[in-house]
Amino acid sequence: MSTLAHDDHHDHKPTGFKRWFFSTNHKDIGTLYLIFALTMFFVGGAMAMIIRAELFQPGLQFVDPQFYNSMVTVHALIMIFGAVMPAGVGLANWMIPLMIGAPDMALPRMNNMSFWILPFAFALLISTLFMEGGGPAGGWTMYPPLVLQTGNAFPFLIFAVHFLGISSIMGAINIIATVFNMRAPGMTLMQMPLFVWTWVITSFLLIASLPVLAGGVTMLLTDKYFGTSFFDAAGGGDPVLFQHIFWFFGHPEVYILALPAFGIVSQIIPAFSRKPLFGYASMVYATASIAILSFFVWAHHMFTVGLPIKAELFFMYATMLIAVPTGVKVFNWIATMWRGSMTFETPMLFAVAFVILFTIGGFSGLMLGITPVDFQYHDTYFVVAHFHYVLLTGAIFALMAAAYYWLPKWTGNMYDERLGKIHFWLSLISSNVLFFPQHFLGLAGMPRRIPDYGIQFADFNMISSIGGFAYGITQLLFVYIVIKCALGGKRARARSWEGAKGLEWEVPSPAPFHTFETPPKLTKKVLESLY
Amino acid sequence: MPLTALADWTLNMREGATPISQEIYSMHMVTLWVVTIIGILVFAVMFWSIFHHRKSRGAKAAKFSHSTTVEIIWTIIPTAIIIALAIPATKLLIKMDDTSESAITIKATGSQWKWKYDYLDGVGEGITIYSNLDDKSKEVGQRDSGLDPMEYENYLMDVDEPIVLPVGTKIRILTTAQDVIHAWWVPDLGWKRDAIPGFINDNWAVIEKPGTYRGKCAEICGAGHGYMPIVVKAVSMDDYTAWVDEKIIAQEASKNTSDIVLTMEELMTKGQQVYKAQCLVCHQANGEGMKGAFPAIAGSSVAIEADNRLRHVHQIIFGKGLMPAFGEQLSDVDIASVVTFTRNNWGNNTGDIIQAKEVSEARNKPNVITAGDSSKGKIDSLAKAK
Repeated sequence: MSTLAHDDHHDHKPTGFKRWFFSTNHKDIGTLYLIFALTMFFVGGAMAMIIRAELFQPGLQFVDPQFYNSMVTVHALIMIFGAVMPAGVGLANWMIPLMIGAPDMALPRMNNMSFWILPFAFALLISTLFMEGGGPAGGWTMYPPLVLQTGNAFPFLIFAVHFLGISSIMGAINIIATVFNMRAPGMTLMQMPLFVWTWVITSFLLIASLPVLAGGVTMLLTDKYFGTSFFDAAGGGDPVLFQHIFWFFGHPEVYILALPAFGIVSQIIPAFSRKPLFGYASMVYATASIAILSFFVWAHHMFTVGLPIKAELFFMYATMLIAVPTGVKVFNWIATMWRGSMTFETPMLFAVAFVILFTIGGFSGLMLGITPVDFQYHDTYFVVAHFHYVLLTGAIFALMAAAYYWLPKWTGNMYDERLGKIHFWLSLISSNVLFFPQHFLGLAGMPRRIPDYGIQFADFNMISSIGGFAYGITQLLFVYIVIKCALGGKRARARSWEGAKGLEWEVPSPAPFHTFETPPKLTKKVLESLY
Repeated sequence: MPLTALADWTLNMREGATPISQEIYSMHMVTLWVVTIIGILVFAVMFWSIFHHRKSRGAKAAKFSHSTTVEIIWTIIPTAIIIALAIPATKLLIKMDDTSESAITIKATGSQWKWKYDYLDGVGEGITIYSNLDDKSKEVGQRDSGLDPMEYENYLMDVDEPIVLPVGTKIRILTTAQDVIHAWWVPDLGWKRDAIPGFINDNWAVIEKPGTYRGKCAEICGAGHGYMPIVVKAVSMDDYTAWVDEKIIAQEASKNTSDIVLTMEELMTKGQQVYKAQCLVCHQANGEGMKGAFPAIAGSSVAIEADNRLRHVHQIIFGKGLMPAFGEQLSDVDIASVVTFTRNNWGNNTGDIIQAKEVSEARNKPNVITAGDSSKGKIDSLAKAK
């Protein structure tokens, strides 16, 4: 099969400024995305450290309430739009062409633009923290009328959100165009690796949901500056309308963060179980059903706004229904492991932890979906615990797994396995110390987004903060491992993992600058050996 | 660490004080057990596999990759469980939705950052209560206050004036807001409901046991979001009617204060109390406000210059920008004393004395703050047209 990879002769590439700023190479752009995401992960993480420091004890010790609120707001925006999404797009850029045997993304110049928008968008967003009146502080959900009280930061916030949306939509168009047009001859849709499938579905979610957000925030802008009253009851508008618009985007957004993680785990578990993915077709259908259902559940974020009872029932049923395809996925992963021949290198450890902890987040999600009980859970730390289980120990664990899994392919070197395992175990323990007690806090009655709290919440907050600091420090180890791996280490083979399958493992490690300039010929026999 | 804190390693939801809150608690427990058992079963299978099907134990990988039978089974079973959970949830939701035949109706209005309660219907009709965070919490909660919250049992969970409600009575609770969205939540009543400007939501509760029930605003509403607690005192119907009689007399008495004349000293003392209760969260104990969000009063021209005396009074009566109007909430003598206090504190040494009569007259003068500001008038007329 190594005959597939004969294209490393003409491995010429530009250097320096020209290489990185004008790049149209999917691997370089992927690398840029990944480095950017990691940087933003630490910027957003630093804000989380400020939050946990302030909540370490009751009383105000470090920051003012207004600044605290802007930390909560900007932490969320950065982690969602700056860390998890770009990391997912970075992986897509790097891996999708390799996985489907394409020479590059279909629209390489647009690819460059969708990346280079991001640093400017986040420069705008972060600059607001230094403006008169402070940064946006109404929560990342930007509910009016509160968000309209934002000072000079307001138009910058809206503009930054527009930028992020444009960047993501271009990225999504690129992925769809690539997958539908540039698959190696002989690879049908139902033969694509699951990671590719999850990204195709994610791309459709992006294209369908982000324009809605763009519309919503534009209406905010005109409400503030141009005298409209979309969301102002005094002018005949409706503040709840914004919430409907926002969550029509916001719920699919949740799956935009989660689906690529499903794809990653569906690549890694078979590789380290040395056994094909169980229920490939049902995985594809489950992913698609989750994506479709995600457009019919938005109001479960708004059960307490006073919806008519029929709406509350509809959204409760639709929300609970999502548990079925999600359950199918979890069962499929376990069935993949079942009677495999498993080894537990760092990618597998993160992937298995993902399955367990994401499922725990799914359980609290099911509980939150039950409307009458949600009246108690809503806007408490129970919700904070829930979405950090699905996003941190869910999405981010999967991204970590992906980084370890493909680092040998990216750098040509194996990372330090011992350090990787230490990173995993420290992350696992600290993230659970961080988030598990938050379930108790929420049930005991602690609302979210408060800078200070009554003394009955003191103990669990202190434990949670200790977990938070430990998790934060542990991630520095990850940076060290990545740098060490990029600089040297044991040479990685083309197929860096014994059980890894797929076209990306047929090209040398590190992957040459240009790959699959002539498409690989995928006969039925070749395909069978690949999966 | 005081004992009260140690006694509070609360792990679970509260059962609460109403029949509905207890049903919610049961529903919560059922769901929690269902997911816990599913979790234990699923993870047990997974860990069994992790333990036995590992390469280091010589496991050889099987080749199977699908099985229609098991896939159908693990689609049907979760569906059945979900239906089993949805049925009681639906019944409970329908029960919660029925606010008919309530004996007393109160309206909770959220504003940045306090709750106002109007008793609209039933025994107690006509009572209005403003509930602010208590002074002690405000003092302790200041940054660098040097005081330890752990020594104060009801830190951030107490108000200056709680609402009083009778037990064993169906009470309808309406929620709305003045400025931004808030949410009214007392966990022991079993629910929270958003308070949305321009809209009125309703819900209800029958409190079974007398007692004090505490809650908090649950929707981010700005810098003071963590500082607007809710306290409900539930008492027997007899005690409630007694409280109502007393409250109505006191309320009538406080309405007519324009003839009261106080000395400078009395005005300063009273003014400081009013300042603590109403102004301190934004303008801070030192009168410096918060840069960029809340203007300083110390050294402000409004609070120093003699020409701005009426403007100062009007700003409190009618509000300005983010600052809410206090005219309805505060009596003439309250406003007079807080104006006197702020004009003679933190180096604002004007020596001005404002009496209740001046405030009473200011109420009838056209608002000097919005004079010449057409946009405000437009919004008012829009609101009227609605």
